[in-house]
Amino acid sequence: MSPILEIKNLNKNYGPTNILNDVNASIEDGEFLVLVGPSGCGKSTLLNCIAGLEPITSGTIRISGRDMTHVSPKDRDIAMVFQSYALYPTMSVAKNITFGMKVRGIEKAEQDVKLAEVAHLLQIETLLDRRPAQLSGGQRQRVAMGRALVRNPKLFLFDEPLSNLDAKLRVEMRTEIKKLHQNLGASMVYVTHDQIEAMTLATKIVVMKGGMVQQIGSPAEIYMRPANLFVADFMGSPAMNLIPARVNMNGKGASFTITRSAAPPLVLHDENIKSLPDNVLLGLRPEDIGDASLRKGRKLQISNCHVDVVEPAGADTYVLMTLGGVEVTARLQAETAAQRGANMEFTFNMAKASYFDANTGERLN
Amino acid sequence: MTNSSITNPLREMMKRFVLRWLLYLLLCTFALYYMMPLFVMITTSLKNLEEIRTGSLMSLPREITLAAWSTAWSSACTGIQCEGLRPYFWNSVLLAVPAVLISTIIGAINGYVVAQWRFKLSNVLFALMLFGCFIPFQVVLLPMARVLGMTGLAGSISGLIFVHVIYGIGFTTLFFRNYYVTIPVELVKAAKVDGASFWRIFFSIFLPLSLPIIVVTVIWQFTQIWNDFLFGVSFSQAGTQPITVALNNIVNSTTGVKEYNVDMAAAIIAALPTLLVYIVAGKYFIRGLTAGSVKG
Repeated sequence: MSPILEIKNLNKNYGPTNILNDVNASIEDGEFLVLVGPSGCGKSTLLNCIAGLEPITSGTIRISGRDMTHVSPKDRDIAMVFQSYALYPTMSVAKNITFGMKVRGIEKAEQDVKLAEVAHLLQIETLLDRRPAQLSGGQRQRVAMGRALVRNPKLFLFDEPLSNLDAKLRVEMRTEIKKLHQNLGASMVYVTHDQIEAMTLATKIVVMKGGMVQQIGSPAEIYMRPANLFVADFMGSPAMNLIPARVNMNGKGASFTITRSAAPPLVLHDENIKSLPDNVLLGLRPEDIGDASLRKGRKLQISNCHVDVVEPAGADTYVLMTLGGVEVTARLQAETAAQRGANMEFTFNMAKASYFDANTGERLN
Repeated sequence: MTNSSITNPLREMMKRFVLRWLLYLLLCTFALYYMMPLFVMITTSLKNLEEIRTGSLMSLPREITLAAWSTAWSSACTGIQCEGLRPYFWNSVLLAVPAVLISTIIGAINGYVVAQWRFKLSNVLFALMLFGCFIPFQVVLLPMARVLGMTGLAGSISGLIFVHVIYGIGFTTLFFRNYYVTIPVELVKAAKVDGASFWRIFFSIFLPLSLPIIVVTVIWQFTQIWNDFLFGVSFSQAGTQPITVALNNIVNSTTGVKEYNVDMAAAIIAALPTLLVYIVAGKYFIRGLTAGSVKG
């Protein structure tokens, strides 16, 4: 079976400015693709191109195997949820949801059945007679989803649908979207600048920057094996530690020398690496640096380091230190004995390490 | 210490109270000043000629008579004809109503396109239309006369409608464009994905939102067109003249005794429709003018 969505060599220019540069991506039936990146990276433009709301300069877009590159939005078999919800202000909730069907000339009886189904699914039955202005943010969000769901399209497109909600509601709606995806088995493309949203929702993530795809992969791949410095830094909170290190290749893999201002250099080893340039950036997630007193009996490298800052965050405690001239964060258990200004034994899990070229920023292992 | 903390707010209140009433007094003075001409017009129109000649300008009529009003409406002389304002009033209605409607509809569609369906030269086009707003009436008189002559519309009410529609489009487009530009573009996108066409989106989504700006535009256009004298006097002929031209003729072409009461009554009659429009739709006018700044 052909992929639900297939984007090939897509380019988009506004005059001389290149907005999207040779984008390639595809999703299978039932997949949840998240386009993530900082603002201005072209992710929303890409979504608009998929919807047919923006013309593209070159390349092809296929939906369910059909070439949709020059097809108008209404014939692409898609539905879209917008950041501002874009509810029709003068229409009731029910009319908002059925507008698409009405435009397409679907029988009134069928409209009512579908409306009832969707209203039940999203628990907005009591709101059907209200105007959008009389709804709260979360309710508007549901109506916007209802308008998309009622169409039962091949592909759902979401353009930052949660960014106008407050923090608590955002987490709730995130879970709800995830459930919806699982229950409906629908194919979705979702745009966000929030990497946590991307990680929690996606089955596949496309990380973008400056109109170019940086990496495509499952959330785990993106998180564990970021393709370059940008992805490493962008995905994950707190961000991945990127520590400048000097490499010394010996018969048994590599050893890394990391300078410290008030102590002898920190030396770490990785036996599973064949070759590296002389200078690299060593990437370690905060959770790959641990408290030695709480993580015994594992094959981890231990080193004594100076603690600069201790930040308790409930479930975890973040400890900041300075290694190789940069600030390094360690995610420790809440019950850690780490003290500001004191020295402590830390474990370094080099099996999880990423190495990046200091000049090009590309991943080396 | 406690004393001062009590008297201070009291003093503040007093100060504010006095200032507030001074402001009201000032506003009332202005209001009276601006009402004065209307007062003189109304009282004079209700007096008979004898009383006007002997009495003072500001005094109330001793004896109220509507004779001047009926003369002004149906028998005052505009040059050689003596039919009053009545036929010209209907000329103005026949001119203003279609011209207002057509220019408002075109403005709404133009505004919708310029604000929500941008294309390559849409900003240039809009700028050119704006430019039209700033061209003085006098500049277009001759070219317009040529155009009307060539199209065979010269001297007809249709010709005047045409002139006012063309002249009004700049303003009506500006009003609607500024109103529609505050509506998020995502609304059009959502409707496009829903399958709605250009016109469907306009009629189902934009027009129902537009009441405040329609009212503003209608008031503006109606006032402009009803009160217009220059186009009316330039492009009409006997029988198609609007009320402003007739009023001028009544006031300026009387022979013998000047009938001030008739002149005043005629002037009020000529101004009544615009007054009425303001009174009926005034609150929407204010609302529409400020609507752009408040998000829904």
